[in-house]
Amino acid sequence: MGLTGLFLCTFLVVHMIGNLQLFKNDQGLAFNLYAVLMTTNPFIKTVSYLLYLSIIGHAIQGIYLVFKNKQSRPVQYAVYEGKASSTWASRNMGLLGTILLVFIAVHLSDFWFEYKFGHVPYATYATNLTDGEVRLIPTPPDYKQFNKLEETTMITPEGQFKVTIVKDLYLEVAEGFKSPWLVIVYLLSMCAVSFHLYHGFQSAFKSFGINHPKINGIVNFIGTWIFAIGIPAGFAAMPLYFFFK
Amino acid sequence: MSEQNINVTLKVWRQRNSQSKGGFETYPLNDVSTDMSFLEMFDVLNEKLIQEGKDPVAFDHDCREGICGMCSMFINGRPHGPKQAVTTCQLHMRSFKNGETIVVEPWRAKPFPVIKDLVVDRSAFDRIISAGGFISVNTGNAQDANAIPVAKDNADESFAAAACIGCGACVAACKNASAMLFVSAKVSQLALLPQGQPERKQRVMDMVAQMDNEGFGACTNTGACSAECPKEISLTNIARMNRDFLAAEITAK
Repeated sequence: MGLTGLFLCTFLVVHMIGNLQLFKNDQGLAFNLYAVLMTTNPFIKTVSYLLYLSIIGHAIQGIYLVFKNKQSRPVQYAVYEGKASSTWASRNMGLLGTILLVFIAVHLSDFWFEYKFGHVPYATYATNLTDGEVRLIPTPPDYKQFNKLEETTMITPEGQFKVTIVKDLYLEVAEGFKSPWLVIVYLLSMCAVSFHLYHGFQSAFKSFGINHPKINGIVNFIGTWIFAIGIPAGFAAMPLYFFFK
Repeated sequence: MSEQNINVTLKVWRQRNSQSKGGFETYPLNDVSTDMSFLEMFDVLNEKLIQEGKDPVAFDHDCREGICGMCSMFINGRPHGPKQAVTTCQLHMRSFKNGETIVVEPWRAKPFPVIKDLVVDRSAFDRIISAGGFISVNTGNAQDANAIPVAKDNADESFAAAACIGCGACVAACKNASAMLFVSAKVSQLALLPQGQPERKQRVMDMVAQMDNEGFGACTNTGACSAECPKEISLTNIARMNRDFLAAEITAK
């Protein structure tokens, strides 16, 4: 549980850093190139299969834990003051995890599935090689893609341009987050991430036998400020950015 | 604090035996001295029930000074009641308000079946101790106590773990009914001392195996056990046991 959990935490950091390119003011060129890298690089592809396995493994083990632990108390208490001795997050990891599993399914079908199997339009960028300015130019209507990334150099009277044609995942993201419902689903899910990691990150260390005053401070600090606050806030900023853009 | 008398309403779990279903009975109790311990209040209730020709409430108790680990009531949703670091026998009626309704239940866990009313069978703990909570010592004269050097820090930590009275409040408080705090205290008190080293690996594996066999839940590090423990056994014991267990699983023959 802890092993897969911490691996998923490291994924969140990478996912966060990569997705920060959504905020770059270049019509999505950097983000779309990043999407190409993530789907073609053999190392990243290998790690991504490990990631899918970890998500499934983490979920199966979590479900098993919930049911096994329920069996250990067949008769429930009439009055149970859980809040007197433990955090709400620590008592509701199964519920939070279920929310996150549903979220991951929604999230993958929205973007990952669309990108791989759906009909994502192409975007053609012209980058001025002199001043670096990026412009979106119309893609030829009969355009057929052979490589995921096509780059050519074009010399015109206005200057030298690099022309890049890629699938426009950025547009999918920008259009998707125009829907208030999707934004709400994402924001609530990020709250679930926050609570899940507030308990989960430091709990994983304890499960490995690491619970010592010398390092508990730094583990709790990272768990709270980076994983329970920083990461969910960063991800939550993305739908909000496109909704209000 | 001056003495005063309060009226309380008790909702007590009554169960004839381990097979019967059981349910709550309500008993109003008037003029309860706030200087009474919670168990003395139950003594008064039982006197009253006996006078009325009814079956008194069965509950576990022995030393009544917080060191034997027998008392085991789940009071208003918390093991040993609302106070920290006390057993039920050390809990006084001054911790309750006049007119308050107090719900009293037995420990709830599959490995702790109810015997009668508030009495549960905690022999699962004994079987875990039997599985490895001991050291093997050769027969003959006891050697001089100072012959084996023990670091002060380790002695203190071992003593803190050994303060566990095996009452089962950790299991009762845990949402998973996990016995990790109890078992880890029993593993740690020996793992921290030189005398515990020869059987260290086997001990942790055997005790964990017995714990799992008894049907206790798995630890999810909520920390409720340590927070509710009358002896304030530290959560670091669980991490120590996890460390020892991992190491033993990898390196033991």
